[in-house]
Amino acid sequence: MTDQTPALRLEGIIKTFPGVRALDGVSFAVMPGEVHALMGENGAGKSTLMKVLGGIHQPDAGQIIVGQVPTKMTSPLQAKSKGIVFIHQELSLADELSVAENIYLGALPKRALGRVDWPTLYAQTDAILQKLKVGFDARTRVGDLSIANQQMVEIARALTVDAKAVIFDEPTASLTDAEKVVLFDVIADLKTRGVGIIYISHRMEEIFKITDRISVLRDGQYRGTLETANTNEAEVTQLMIGRALDLTRAARQHEFGEMALEVRGLSCGKLFQDVSFTLQRGEVLGFYGLVGAGRTEIAETLFGLRDPSGGKIFLDGVETKISSPADAISKGISLVPEDRKAQGLVLGMNCKDNMTLPQVSDLKAGPFVAEGAEIAIFDQYRDRLDIRTPGWKQLVGNLSGGNQQKIVIGKWLSMHPNVLIVDEPTRGIDVGSKSEIHNLIRSLAAQGYAIIVISSEMPEVLHVSDRIVAMYAGRVMRTFTCDEVTEDNLIQAISGISIEIGT
Amino acid sequence: MAGMSKADIGKLLARQGILIAFAVFIIGFTLANERFLSPDNIMGVVRSSAILGVMALGVTFVVISGNLDLSVGSMMSFSTIVVLDLHDKIGPGLAIPAMFAMTLCLGAFIGFLVGYLKLNSLIVTLGMLSAIHGLTLTYSGGKNMDIADKEGTWFAVFGQGTALGIPVPILVFLLLAAFLGIILTKTPFGRKVYAVGGNATAATFSGIRRPRVVFLCYLMSAACVAVAGLLQASRSMGSQNTVGQGMELDVLAAVILGGASLLGGSGTIFKTVIGVLILGFIQNGLLLVGLQFYVQFVVTWVIIILAVWIDIAAKRGKLWSNIA
Amino acid sequence: MRAGNLSTLLKSGAIWGFIIAELIFFSVAGEFLSLSDKAFMDVDNMLLLLKQSAPIGIIAVGMTIVMINGNIDLSVGAIFALSAVILLDSMTWPIFASLGNWVIPVSWALALLTGVVLGAINGVIVWKTGVDAFIVTLGAMLGFRGLVFMFNGENPTSHLNWALVDFAEAQFLGLHTATWFLLLVTGVLWYVMRHTVHGRNAYAIGDNREAAVNAGIRVGPHILINFMIIGFLAALSAVVFYSESGSVNPNDGQLYELWVITAVVLGGTKLTGGAGSILSTLGGVLAIQLLRKGLGHIGADTETVNLVIGLILIAVLLLDRQLNIKGKEALKT
Repeated sequence: MTDQTPALRLEGIIKTFPGVRALDGVSFAVMPGEVHALMGENGAGKSTLMKVLGGIHQPDAGQIIVGQVPTKMTSPLQAKSKGIVFIHQELSLADELSVAENIYLGALPKRALGRVDWPTLYAQTDAILQKLKVGFDARTRVGDLSIANQQMVEIARALTVDAKAVIFDEPTASLTDAEKVVLFDVIADLKTRGVGIIYISHRMEEIFKITDRISVLRDGQYRGTLETANTNEAEVTQLMIGRALDLTRAARQHEFGEMALEVRGLSCGKLFQDVSFTLQRGEVLGFYGLVGAGRTEIAETLFGLRDPSGGKIFLDGVETKISSPADAISKGISLVPEDRKAQGLVLGMNCKDNMTLPQVSDLKAGPFVAEGAEIAIFDQYRDRLDIRTPGWKQLVGNLSGGNQQKIVIGKWLSMHPNVLIVDEPTRGIDVGSKSEIHNLIRSLAAQGYAIIVISSEMPEVLHVSDRIVAMYAGRVMRTFTCDEVTEDNLIQAISGISIEIGT
Repeated sequence: MAGMSKADIGKLLARQGILIAFAVFIIGFTLANERFLSPDNIMGVVRSSAILGVMALGVTFVVISGNLDLSVGSMMSFSTIVVLDLHDKIGPGLAIPAMFAMTLCLGAFIGFLVGYLKLNSLIVTLGMLSAIHGLTLTYSGGKNMDIADKEGTWFAVFGQGTALGIPVPILVFLLLAAFLGIILTKTPFGRKVYAVGGNATAATFSGIRRPRVVFLCYLMSAACVAVAGLLQASRSMGSQNTVGQGMELDVLAAVILGGASLLGGSGTIFKTVIGVLILGFIQNGLLLVGLQFYVQFVVTWVIIILAVWIDIAAKRGKLWSNIA
Repeated sequence: MRAGNLSTLLKSGAIWGFIIAELIFFSVAGEFLSLSDKAFMDVDNMLLLLKQSAPIGIIAVGMTIVMINGNIDLSVGAIFALSAVILLDSMTWPIFASLGNWVIPVSWALALLTGVVLGAINGVIVWKTGVDAFIVTLGAMLGFRGLVFMFNGENPTSHLNWALVDFAEAQFLGLHTATWFLLLVTGVLWYVMRHTVHGRNAYAIGDNREAAVNAGIRVGPHILINFMIIGFLAALSAVVFYSESGSVNPNDGQLYELWVITAVVLGGTKLTGGAGSILSTLGGVLAIQLLRKGLGHIGADTETVNLVIGLILIAVLLLDRQLNIKGKEALKT
């Protein structure tokens, strides 16, 4: 018999920020003992909604009802006391303290004079750890645990309160398959205790495996709830983006040129081993795999940010060693990095300065920087990439994510690279800009650029690549041509399963 | 919607706040002592600020690149003592380049530690403050330095001469400011300094050699210190070996007053010059009003904290921190 | 995660190993190079070592807590001096004239109160304005020193109270008064950091402030209390030292912060906060004092000693950087 009172209900939540209505009357409910997925594109409002639930933002209108009681969430701590627990992507643990101290952070059992009551602390912690059936001990230093185990510590925290709802935000991003199984078991256990679970993820496979219902947000609005058993990916995607996703791969219209890059047996300690691939001009080589598979690390090695421990790199047929980013640039390699704010842009500088940074030493008039030449470059790529900005003086920090990404891409295109590596080209970017960038990559290939695209989004890597390198745990599992790749065999490859052609 | 939001007004106040506060000070001081705004006094303040100002120019580079330099005070003592000592031993013509070379070596060492070895600049330059002080003491044997024959040398021209009616130290300060300002705003190197301070990771990912940029900033700081030492030595023709002691904090106060963020990535030479002048006038004003010399220390403390507080309050939009 | 293990192990063991190495080295070298006849590891010498470690040691214990909490205090030298001035001067104040030797505890209390108040000023500013501790205390380093100079200009402040001097010079159970204070402070604060909620929270705040805040730990009061602790300890250090010496120069204590930080970092506390141990700090203090003594024993002058210590600081900073790579190989930035 299912309990008819939702564990947690949101009604008509409205939240506006200056100029933007992030949540427009969102309502949805989570039943006790159900796993309820919350899906939506980046910018749909999921994280704002969660922040409202978590007490970080106050809604402008609407109600939060826990059980049957309307509640105001005023802070993360207070939300937790009402039974709402978050398991974030960025774990909030203190590495130097023990598991027990982390679980009871801010709530250490006390004796007189502020002394810690160790026996009680360890006893309570041991009880919780037993429930979760974990392999580590309450006294272990948290920094010494694997990421999966650290996540368990976070979940254990949920069990210290009478949790009504637990919210998971992309929990499987850094987990191996075995670790995922453990996590799903724990979630199943929480279900039996009547806890309502909100599961935020982009991974369709998981959603269809463990959830009971799926709610979708789009552009700050609630779009509907589907019963997982009665729906499919296409229907969910339709709700998320309002149109069917075009998964057809762009037909290759041009021939490939000579070999721009060849990598043989490249290794870098534990990060990746024995990686080999080729890249021709006009070709887009996709790298697909889970976080930690080694893709970004390969890019960093090619860009001189890491020294390989073995193997060879050939640029235009000539064996080369790349010692630093400056060296890589001089050899014609450009890298559009994974994290545009932390690695790709100086947010406090204007658009033009950001765009010309790698070549500022070469754009000279005497000893001075030739500003005219800089502005010309900016204008050129602003037009070519359709970058929306009031002018070159605008601080890059004020641009939208999509436009920021275009500045970074323009920055590297203006270097006319032999090899262009793009790491997560559309992370955190709205759907419209996403497809612009995909089209851009295809058109650059048509112009003869040799491009490597690293991506964690299957539709993207299938759409944009001519061949796909599937990586798992630092090794190349398989390199697929676009004729032989299917979603299934690609997923299997990156999950560590060796497969043969035709399976 | 016309008009500015509260946050905008806050930011405006913050940026101009320092100038407004300064204006208030000037009025206050003038009312207290009419000598304050006399041409003689103004000239005196500018002249005595010149030496500090020269040092502040170099430190501006270091701060924009995201680091600190607390060694400038004792480094300046070192330069002053060395050039005075060598003046009598090998003559001014050789003493000056020799002193520059030695001072630049010190700067290079610091630049190596902070730039190439990536050590914490606060701790390193704090340690160097002590080390260079020790070095100066050893070099001078603990004694003061004096030029034996003060009349018979052209050395005094730097500190005491005038050119076109302007005292040489002021001229040097302004010319150096103009020169360094151009380097900072118009050359590739200057652009790189801002990039390294603004986002060192992004700078590296753009092919900028961060270690070299940081190293060169410390060299510039040392070069400015050497100039300051020259001016000081030439001005007094003799010196105690603690002449520069404590100046690093005044320099830092001036740079912060000028609006440079200690997190790196912002600030300009022009703003530092303003900061130097503001500090100079405030210290002068305090003296004219009759307050004890050491009150300046307390005032500088308050200034540093207020200036940084205003800067970060403007950035976060709130006066008080949100630390619970 | 392996790096964390290695670094903790290295750091907790290393400092004591280093001390033993020093003892051996200087004992042996002393046989050949020393000017005096006495052996290096002479009992009196070692007892003196402990006593001489007290001034820096007491402050270093406080600095450890402040650094674990994610802050730093550069004004300790100035607090030290100002407390000393209050200590000695207050013994001559007319209001206390009738107290006779009972003025001693009163003066002690005033000096300690000075330290607490100055520490509280720093703490409140860091808490309420959000300005980083190193700037706040850098300014205070100057401001508090200004207060010292404002007291008596450039003249020393002195007062000799023989009862006090006798107490300070005494030895109880073989250890000097100063040594007892050092051991007491170390013991009490080790317990606080290891076994009280305040101490454990300090680790949490320094390690992952956001997590601490989300767990409901109030960062502000912890910052304030820790600054008051170090202010108190800087004053206590002055009380212990100047009770015996009887005269303080306004420049005294200059650069104490450097020695203290060197000892604390040498003992394994991270500059970035969240990790460190009081006992290891004591090790760091002893290691440096031992170095000073040892080098002096074999005839090196003060400048050489300072140079060696400076080099050690650099080496430790380098090591601190190397061992703090959290598991993944770092990028060559």
